[in-house]
Amino acid sequence: MTEKKLLEDLTPEIESTGLKWYLTFAAFFIVFCVGIYGLIQQIDKGHIVTGMRDNVVWGLYIVNFIFFMGLSYAGALISGVLHLFHTGWRKSVIRLAELITVISLVIGPFFIFFCIGRLDRLPFLVMYPRIQSPITWDVIAISTDLIGCFMFLYLSFIEDFAILRDYRELNVPPWKHKLYKALSLGYTGNEKQKKILKDAKNVMAAMIIAIAIIVYSVLAWIFGVTLQPGWHSTIFGPYFVIAAVFSGTGLLIILMWIFRKIYHLEEYITKRHFVNVGVLLTIIAAFYGYFTFSDYLTKWYGSIKMDSLLIDKLFSDYYSLFIFANYVGILIPCIIIAFPKFRTIPNITIAAVIAVTALWVNRYIIVIPTLETPFLPIQDIRPAWIKYSPTWVEWSLTFAGISVYGMLFMLVSKIAPIISISEMKEKDQIEILK
Amino acid sequence: MMKETEDNESKRSSRRNFIKKVGAGVGAVSIAGIAGTSVIGGGRLKSGEKVKLLSPDGKLVEVDKDDIQPAKEAVAELKAEAKKGLPNRKFVMVIDLAKCKNARRCVEACQEGHLLPKDHEWMKIFLLQDDHDTSRYWFPRPCFHCDKPMCVSVCPVGATYKRDDGIVLIDNQRCIGCKFCMTGCPYSVRVFNWQDPEVKVPEGYEYDPELAVPQVEGTVGKCIFCADKLRKDELPRCVSACPMGVLYFGDILEDTVTNGEETVRFSKMMTDRAGYRYREDLGTLPSVFYLPPVQRLFPVERGLEDLPDSIRLRYKNAGPR
Repeated sequence: MTEKKLLEDLTPEIESTGLKWYLTFAAFFIVFCVGIYGLIQQIDKGHIVTGMRDNVVWGLYIVNFIFFMGLSYAGALISGVLHLFHTGWRKSVIRLAELITVISLVIGPFFIFFCIGRLDRLPFLVMYPRIQSPITWDVIAISTDLIGCFMFLYLSFIEDFAILRDYRELNVPPWKHKLYKALSLGYTGNEKQKKILKDAKNVMAAMIIAIAIIVYSVLAWIFGVTLQPGWHSTIFGPYFVIAAVFSGTGLLIILMWIFRKIYHLEEYITKRHFVNVGVLLTIIAAFYGYFTFSDYLTKWYGSIKMDSLLIDKLFSDYYSLFIFANYVGILIPCIIIAFPKFRTIPNITIAAVIAVTALWVNRYIIVIPTLETPFLPIQDIRPAWIKYSPTWVEWSLTFAGISVYGMLFMLVSKIAPIISISEMKEKDQIEILK
Repeated sequence: MMKETEDNESKRSSRRNFIKKVGAGVGAVSIAGIAGTSVIGGGRLKSGEKVKLLSPDGKLVEVDKDDIQPAKEAVAELKAEAKKGLPNRKFVMVIDLAKCKNARRCVEACQEGHLLPKDHEWMKIFLLQDDHDTSRYWFPRPCFHCDKPMCVSVCPVGATYKRDDGIVLIDNQRCIGCKFCMTGCPYSVRVFNWQDPEVKVPEGYEYDPELAVPQVEGTVGKCIFCADKLRKDELPRCVSACPMGVLYFGDILEDTVTNGEETVRFSKMMTDRAGYRYREDLGTLPSVFYLPPVQRLFPVERGLEDLPDSIRLRYKNAGPR
């Protein structure tokens, strides 16, 4: 595929912006503003406006935090692992995956900020850090991950910025031309530059896999190191990692579908991509299902009182959520993708939507029921404070997070092509697009 | 001998004064020991009269009467002291479950003493039943001040800390409100200030973690064994308030605990009455011991009588577990 055709196909989204784009952006922005209003309420009146109380001290915010951090695994898997194995077809979706990673990593920590009682004292985390605390591990790990993933993303952008800089027919305002010139860092594509860039990408690809595993294990250990029933589990580190890859892959399929539709990328993102990423999702789902099963089996089979109480709660108050998260959410995607005759693009996308939603619910039933099952029964507390139900403030901030996700993707797509031009113009297109 | 006691008193007087300001209830404060101190001109006149004093490390020393200056404790020093704890002390509490009838005086005294807002109780009383076939019993639960405290391990900023005398305190000027300690504690001891507690603090009062007044919105609070009272050799508020003498408090190094009426050997009490700690299997090594609810003085139901409905409702889910 020639560079000219690529540019003609992929740059129109950068050159002009339609009414639809503005309307969608405005819709996201309104949701975002509602979230900000909720946040102002929370800062003004205190955390009393949330559904969290003395037993369920972590609610939707923490659920969203671990969920968004998990989504960031799309990049680690697709760009990291597939990059190292030189898988050709990844090249159409590599940019999407890396964007998912960086944007998730930017949004995730905000939910921690919402959960913290004294936002004004946030700097204490670095001013008076205690290395014994898994939260300190988390601060170190997430900041490293964010920097690493951002660098990896930027490395993959440099060639494209250089191409856009040199593309004379590109009809964009002067500030964008200047932007491309600055961001391409004088890259001209000579042999030496090519080699440096390639080496850097290889190193970063390996590193972000390692860092991503550390980040999500540390996240799991925040729960695992406590004594609480359901959390105190040695399996939690790998279990969380695999769950994160599961959700990241699911989200990648969803975004592939959305951008393919809106930006008319049918020629670049083909059924083959959906099937390949879908098969990956199925394999990961199998692992994830296995971890889930063995975690709950050991708790259910034995007679440890606190484990039994937790299982009882999951199979009573949380029955439908449990079934949806751990049966429907794992088996349905597997069935859809495992049988070739079900493998259509819409079906695979539906499977991904189910997988991602179920994973969010899975995070919910990991966090909340445990906190509702403390060692000492919940007594001598206002009866209204016993059961957790999220308030509109928490939901508004949740949806604000999703809307920021959308807005950031929309903004980035106006500055750089959502498909990497430099990767696509390399020789192995047959491999890429077949 | 009398003189020495007075002088020791004077050292503590400034601390006492501010506690008095807070309205925590302190007896008369003697400042007689510092009344005669003065500095005349540039040189200091010595009276030649020696006074015996006890130094901080426990040695008896002699100083000139005119050299005695009233001790000034800056806030910073107070906070530093509150970090270390009382020297050569290791506090324990023993709770005699046979005597508790949910009179809730301990809860009230705690609320008043620490100016805690409504629904923010540091002392809670549970109605436990271990199994279908076993009896119910009332179970007062302060902070256990564990020797291996999970809450302290997981705190990311060192806001909660363990002192040499065994007490776990919270510095609510440091706490960021991440609530990790609340999920770390297996005994649901910690409570959060979900909104502004609106505590009215007297002017000029400086925050001291040993009294933990005022509670601050967005931070965590919990029972602190009334560390301010202990510094004055007084019993924690809940212990003094209990009408049944359920709560015993003391020092494990002295092997003595008291409920204000009787003073007993801690080790003998543990042996004779089969003392235990709640959920010993968790390995947190609590400083609070329980005596089993045997030969109880009252039927359990007595604890539910005379309660306002709002409180009685809190026990409606109580049952075997």
